[in-house]
Amino acid sequence: MFLDSDLLMSALRALTPILLAALGGALCERAGVFNIGLEGMMLLGCFTSVATSWFTGSPWLGVLAAALAAAAYSLILAVGAVTLRGDAVVLGIAMNLLAVGLTSFLLRTVFGVQGTFDDPTLAGLPLVGGFTPLAYLAWAAVAVAALLLSRHVWGLRLRGVGEAPDAAATLGVSPAKYKYGAVLVSGVLCGLAGAQLALGNVTLFSENMTAGRGWIAVVAVMLGRAAPLGVLLAALLFGLAEAAGFRLQGVGLPQQATDAAPYVVTLAALFLSTARRRRRRTPTSGVAA
Amino acid sequence: MTPPQAEPAVELRGITKRFPGTLANDSVDLTVSAGEIHALMGENGAGKSTLMSVLYGMERPDAGTIRVDGREVSFAGPAGAMAAGLGMVHQNFKLFDSLTVAENVVYAAEPRRFGLVDRAAARRRVRELAEEHGLAVDPDARVGDLPVGLRQRVEILKLLHRGARTLILDEPTAVLTPAEADALFAVLKSLAAQGRTVILVTHKLREVLEGSDRVTVLRDGRVVARLVTAETTADEIAAAMTGRAVELDRVHAPGTPGDVVLDLTGLATDGVRDLELAVRAGEIVGIAGVAGNGQSELVEALAGLRPVTAGRVALRGRDITHASATERRAHGLAYVPEDRHAVGTAPAASVADNLAMGHHRTSLSSRGLLSPAAVRAHARRLVERFGIKAATEEVPASALSGGNLQKLLIGRELAHEAPLLLVEQPTRGVDIGAVQNIHDQLIAYRDAGHAVLLVSAELSEIRGLADRVLVMYEGRITATYQKDEADERSLGLAMAGGGTAPVEAVD
Repeated sequence: MFLDSDLLMSALRALTPILLAALGGALCERAGVFNIGLEGMMLLGCFTSVATSWFTGSPWLGVLAAALAAAAYSLILAVGAVTLRGDAVVLGIAMNLLAVGLTSFLLRTVFGVQGTFDDPTLAGLPLVGGFTPLAYLAWAAVAVAALLLSRHVWGLRLRGVGEAPDAAATLGVSPAKYKYGAVLVSGVLCGLAGAQLALGNVTLFSENMTAGRGWIAVVAVMLGRAAPLGVLLAALLFGLAEAAGFRLQGVGLPQQATDAAPYVVTLAALFLSTARRRRRRTPTSGVAA
Repeated sequence: MTPPQAEPAVELRGITKRFPGTLANDSVDLTVSAGEIHALMGENGAGKSTLMSVLYGMERPDAGTIRVDGREVSFAGPAGAMAAGLGMVHQNFKLFDSLTVAENVVYAAEPRRFGLVDRAAARRRVRELAEEHGLAVDPDARVGDLPVGLRQRVEILKLLHRGARTLILDEPTAVLTPAEADALFAVLKSLAAQGRTVILVTHKLREVLEGSDRVTVLRDGRVVARLVTAETTADEIAAAMTGRAVELDRVHAPGTPGDVVLDLTGLATDGVRDLELAVRAGEIVGIAGVAGNGQSELVEALAGLRPVTAGRVALRGRDITHASATERRAHGLAYVPEDRHAVGTAPAASVADNLAMGHHRTSLSSRGLLSPAAVRAHARRLVERFGIKAATEEVPASALSGGNLQKLLIGRELAHEAPLLLVEQPTRGVDIGAVQNIHDQLIAYRDAGHAVLLVSAELSEIRGLADRVLVMYEGRITATYQKDEADERSLGLAMAGGGTAPVEAVD
């Protein structure tokens, strides 16, 4: 009775933004760029989609603008980590911090409000069969990414670049090109994730509204071993946790506790997966046991 | 006087390449005929690698011309060189470990169907090439799971898939067993017989003599000899490389073993099991084996860098099975690790500081403070005694050549005068001249009454130095030889897991 179709529907809605961002993160991971700027790019996508939808009246233009803005923002990571050979972790953290400040600042200057911008006339995304079109796009993106990575020429080259950039370069494949491509696509996907969150899951913008979903996406990338299907399963786990947390509020648990559900699941998943990996690594080398 | 037959496969004329402070190639001419195996020899820093980088489009020459199959070319990068029919197998393989053999071979030159990689065609292609050239390897195997000899085959298949007519191999046998090296040369000879050209960059004399048609020797960036292999000798090539007569493959007189210094009983650690071994004072015990058969793990366990899971280690009668590295050193152990860059030295620290490491506990400090004057004096003494070539003691260790860095490391460890010296691959990648020096130092150390445990993949080194030779295979000692019994053939066989295994436990 607890695990019913309502719960599944709300889990699927909750997972969409995480899934989109995590797919982008997985592509970067495969290309050898550790992208932890998903959170910041997503937040920028949230704001851009809301602002654009508000001023144009079209949520679709909002989605497009979010994708473009987050892709432009992702150039910080691409230029910094690939061209200038900076530390991707430092860049990612900076992008996340900057996005919080930037969107809060823009909220005040553009809308003249603090905290939350919310208006009944703000146009959100339409629902088709209970989901936004972006949710369907996210599922399709899993299939496309899986096919690209495993079967397409680009996917093979991308995986090679991520594993041994020197080897790829000696064969005439430019690692920088593929890394830029992966980071820009992750920007687009995070922009879409932000639009889904701000115009799909809810219809508003509030400061720091991503609330760690980008970080959860980073964990989903690790948990899913940067494989699209693995990432989908990990995102589903987090979606279920979020939906279950919401459901538990109905049972009378305090909201602060139930809101923590996805993060607790994240931590538990990380512990379990690293413990499992470590155990697998210990028996060493090719010595017959 | 011979009339020009076909165009040479590769012709370099007057190649000059300068790097800040050095003239790496000084007007080098190199002509490689089609269908020959041409060895390019020289010590480290002689300019072999630079010359090949120039040929392969990775460096631009300051002067000179390159002709491939008679046409003058100028490559912007390796891709251009590949398009002109050149292909290079780098010393450190450029492979993708997580990808399959077929994926590695076709990477960036994939057979396609509708934009997707045609995996069936890729597999077929690998099988065809493998069969044609005697390079059998499973197209679906993951490259990371393959032994090093097969990985090299993948590299060669990669070049053949791209239609390379001239193959450049950089130190191809550095990591191979003797049997694998023989197999490689059989393949190279058959490639040459089909009209392909092979350029072999190496400093190993034996394989040049057995496997090549002609030899070009570089020294200090210049060509110092062009020889026809059939008409030359190892001594002549070595003399050209070093500029002086060198005594090759000396077998040193045996030592006079005394008391047991190191005693292992039933030792086990990662990748090592049931190991029994004793090393006596005044004795060098050599451990031969192909890399990855537990030698490194054994030495790390002895040095205190890796936990011992079973058995006992005794040093001069005291149980040090679970002692820390510091305690072991204090009780009389010195250690020359295999990886001199990452483990043996601190590249950014000065020569003086590197020489002081380890000695800082004993002779160079008082009340916890280092004495800079003592550190400098200590450094000067060792630089002098071991002939380390460094501009000053203050230059960073990274500025030293490989051979000099190794002299630094070995000198520092020998200076401990520890009863037991663990030494791993003491002359890997070191010039012939320096090899001689290092071997003499090790023998002198033994003759002074110390015990030495030597791990080396170089058979001639093991045979020349060791009083007893043990062969390690899959984590165990599978054969033991006295100095005069250890011939190259039976050692090679034992290293490959064949031959007479004296103890074969049933599990």
